[in-house]
Amino acid sequence: MLSLEQIARIAHLARLELAAGEDAAMQQQLNSILAMVDAMAAVDTEGVEPMSHPQQVTQRLREDRVTEVDARAIFQSIAPEVEDGLYLVPKVIE
Amino acid sequence: MTWEVVIGLETHTQLTTASKIFSGASTQFGAAPNTQASAVDLAMPGTLPVLNKGAVERAIRFGLAVGGRIAATSIFARKNYFYPDLPKGYQISQFELPVVVGGSLAFMVGDEERRVNLTRAHLEEDAGKLLHEEFHGKSGVDLNRAGTPLLEIVSEPEMRSALEAVAYAKALHSLVRWIGICDGNMQEGSFRCDANVSVRKPGAPLGTRCEIKNLNSFRFLERAIEYEVRRQVELIEDGGKVVQETRLYDPDAGETRAMRSKEDAQDYRYFPDPDLLPLAITPEWIETVKAAMPELPEKLRHAFMEELSLTAYDAALLTESREKSGYFQAVRASTSAAPKMVANWINGDVSALLNDWGLDYSNSPVSAQALAKLLGRIHDGTISGKAAKEVLHAMADGEGDADAVIEKRGLKQMSDSGAIESAIDQVLAANAKQVDDYRAGKERAFNSLVGQVMKATKGQANPAQVNEILRRKLAG
Amino acid sequence: MSLHRSTLAQLSAKLAAKEVSSVELTRHYLARIEAWQPSLNAFITVDAQKSLAQAKSADERIAKGNAAPLTGIPVAHKDLFCAKGWRTTCGSKILSNFIAPYDAHVIEQFDRAGAVLLGKTNMDEFAMGSSNENSAFGPVRNPWDLQAVPGGSSGGSAAAVAAMLAPAATGTDTGGSIRQPASFTGVSGLRPTYGRVSRYGMVAFASSLDQGGVLARTAQDMALVLSVMAGFDERDSTCMDRPTDDYAAGLGKGVKGLRIGVPREYFASGLSQDVAAPIQAAIEEYQRLGATVVEVSLPNQALSVPVYYVLAPAEASSNLSRYDGVRYGHRADQPGDLMQLYKRSRAEGFGPEVKRRIMIGAYVLSHGYYDAYYLKAQKIRRLIARDFAQAFEQCDVIMGPSAPSVAYDLGSKTTDPVQMYLDDLYTIPINLAGLPGMSIPCGFGDKARPVGLQIVGNYFDESRMLSVAHAFQQATDWHTRMPGGFE
Repeated sequence: MLSLEQIARIAHLARLELAAGEDAAMQQQLNSILAMVDAMAAVDTEGVEPMSHPQQVTQRLREDRVTEVDARAIFQSIAPEVEDGLYLVPKVIE
Repeated sequence: MTWEVVIGLETHTQLTTASKIFSGASTQFGAAPNTQASAVDLAMPGTLPVLNKGAVERAIRFGLAVGGRIAATSIFARKNYFYPDLPKGYQISQFELPVVVGGSLAFMVGDEERRVNLTRAHLEEDAGKLLHEEFHGKSGVDLNRAGTPLLEIVSEPEMRSALEAVAYAKALHSLVRWIGICDGNMQEGSFRCDANVSVRKPGAPLGTRCEIKNLNSFRFLERAIEYEVRRQVELIEDGGKVVQETRLYDPDAGETRAMRSKEDAQDYRYFPDPDLLPLAITPEWIETVKAAMPELPEKLRHAFMEELSLTAYDAALLTESREKSGYFQAVRASTSAAPKMVANWINGDVSALLNDWGLDYSNSPVSAQALAKLLGRIHDGTISGKAAKEVLHAMADGEGDADAVIEKRGLKQMSDSGAIESAIDQVLAANAKQVDDYRAGKERAFNSLVGQVMKATKGQANPAQVNEILRRKLAG
Repeated sequence: MSLHRSTLAQLSAKLAAKEVSSVELTRHYLARIEAWQPSLNAFITVDAQKSLAQAKSADERIAKGNAAPLTGIPVAHKDLFCAKGWRTTCGSKILSNFIAPYDAHVIEQFDRAGAVLLGKTNMDEFAMGSSNENSAFGPVRNPWDLQAVPGGSSGGSAAAVAAMLAPAATGTDTGGSIRQPASFTGVSGLRPTYGRVSRYGMVAFASSLDQGGVLARTAQDMALVLSVMAGFDERDSTCMDRPTDDYAAGLGKGVKGLRIGVPREYFASGLSQDVAAPIQAAIEEYQRLGATVVEVSLPNQALSVPVYYVLAPAEASSNLSRYDGVRYGHRADQPGDLMQLYKRSRAEGFGPEVKRRIMIGAYVLSHGYYDAYYLKAQKIRRLIARDFAQAFEQCDVIMGPSAPSVAYDLGSKTTDPVQMYLDDLYTIPINLAGLPGMSIPCGFGDKARPVGLQIVGNYFDESRMLSVAHAFQQATDWHTRMPGGFE
């Protein structure tokens, strides 16, 4: 069962602000989902290869060629805040 | 009480592909901000990665060069974290199954050869850049670099001093340029090291390590490690404990400090990237890459030592870069001068000249053939070694080939024994006292007489010849 | 017969015969959308000017005599296919201002065919939902009963086709998002094999499960649309480089000798009798037409919902990290620092269901829980796929219900997300295996709401599935039933 502290930690990992009271509701919902998911635990999966992809194929490779042209103007026309071609964010301290 | 230092390096080498690892945008350095950031690089909704064959090919080259195992199947995973230079909110990297496993790198520390084992090398994408200049108190994000292919090369924690770590980094830097997978430009960030540093009492289990990020010069690497070792030792000796953390080196202060942005306990939630399928590398592909590989520096270094009887030091210097060793071999091919002499010239005067000019062996103003000709003129006695240095610089200045410079500047040695004899006769006649002194056993008088002869011949007489004739005459 | 009662194939013939122009046809549908938008809310964005410009060029193409079957046909697109210059919201506030700077491969394919983009349809936010109640643009209503949900997440597309506001619409299906709304609204819906249709430019929910497909009124119409959508695209690494079949040409193959697998688990507990009866009747109809029935087993079927609710949120939590308020999309006002920019932009931009799934996804991937949840789910996913492989050794297609019940009333299941998740029991296994699945109308259940028959095929067997559906639609008229009140 997820505690409220765990809820807060996951919300932080996922960069989601939870409003006051939202965490308790989230806790209850996530725990009921996890209770449903727990049915998996009983299954014997010894020796079973995990399945990441529906098809058993390998990665196709692209030739090393430049195919893109500068489209900054159109991309930045939908940006929240830009200046001198840069996207702006609140000051970052490394 | 002494402390043992334990260092492992993670080196990010930008691969020399024309396009990015997962998109068709250019990787060229120095473009205006965000003009080389495609929809894929910007993580626009619905965009997807497709792997660049050139990046994989370079990883194979590296694996072959260090004798690592090239994985038949490797997997791309997502490393999840939020940062403004990381548009998708995850970096595509390799986690459990990297493209190269193992291998080792040999290099010289002084006169001693050291070999450091590699843990792995994996392909991943670079992040963008944050600019901290004032934008009304905000930071700017340039995503041109986002998606540039990197090969991250991870060493085992086998280095025991800053000096050794730097020697390893230099050897790795030389190797990746040698095999043409990275341009090695450290100012532009093409080759960056993260150093994992810990200290312990000899024989004790590994101490807690700190990771110093983004060291982009050998000098910073050395200083950062030295500082960090001091810091950790002082901390422990004062009764404190080293906390595992990520630190940044501040070159101005000469210190490392904990990174604010990495203060959170990291939980990267790696999982296989569902947008990319397993990367398969066939034995045939590896063979094709192998066939096109240049001879490797380590092999060449040993060949220079064994076949040409060069010292380990000379051989190591000659194999600093593929261009330099190629230059050496080209000079050797067109001169009968001794290998040691060729090595001395290249490691000495030619390297100094190129260094002064800010050039390297790929664009040397004195070609290998031109140098060979010059060395030939020393070898056949036409000019003295001293005069040859003057000729070298004149050649670099474009005054023509060795013979033209010697002619124009009148540097030819006087080898006509008749002319030398007559000069000697004149000197002997004018310096009766020195002759007597010499005959009385004063060896210094001989040197004085040689000096007089050289002066009389304006330095052009072959000194060996002068010595020989003078001794004969004085004995007679 | 009025234009909107015609099938896409009939409209194509009318356009070719110049009985109607694409501009007239597009105007007709635009007017219908306008009339029924207040009651159905099936669309998020309509742009008559853009659509009519496309219709005009389609008419020119028809006049030149080089029309393709879809030239001039208006098609509605689920609002997660990026279309250059069109707002593409994915049903989310976080993308409410996102004007796509490029086309999805699917959109390019329709453009090449000369189809007209009729509008962008409403959907559950980021395709997360089974009722279309999770849209930031309000719920969609079921044309058969405005009190009922249309299903989801492609609820807008399903409602639009059912109410004859579009002859066909695209959808996507990650866990049943085409088949379940098709079933709830009495239309035909096809989710192709994973890798058949490019995902490039289709806003991602769960990358290893998402697949674009079609909702239309007949198997024939789906065949025509799939022929346009399917095909190789080098920009999607998971898109398969294999030729597409001529789906329309293969329709007439019939079902004589067809082996229909009916999983014994399908008719166990949980299936409403009002749904079971029409499904049984449809399978009997197939037997009359010459097919045989074999019982098969999908023993791990019940685990598919737990597995899905680990894998899909895990992929989603990572896929949705790009919505950070930096380069596009919603940004919180005056964030004090970077952390606030992230946390507030995302908290304001995402709805409750999306947040739940991001949280679950981040949790199951986090340190210490990966093996127990994510890895375990991937292993059971393989067991589920193996079940299908074994079943397909004995049969050509698998049939059963698309959903355990008919459409339910709006608001009736919103309080308990888990209950709604469990309703996807019949559709989810197909996504986990990567198989193609289809739903076609086969009758009516409680409150005279439609019931859909699910047909599952083997990998890349869309052509056969379409011919199987076509045979049924030649023999029955369920697919011709229209909800009343939309004239």
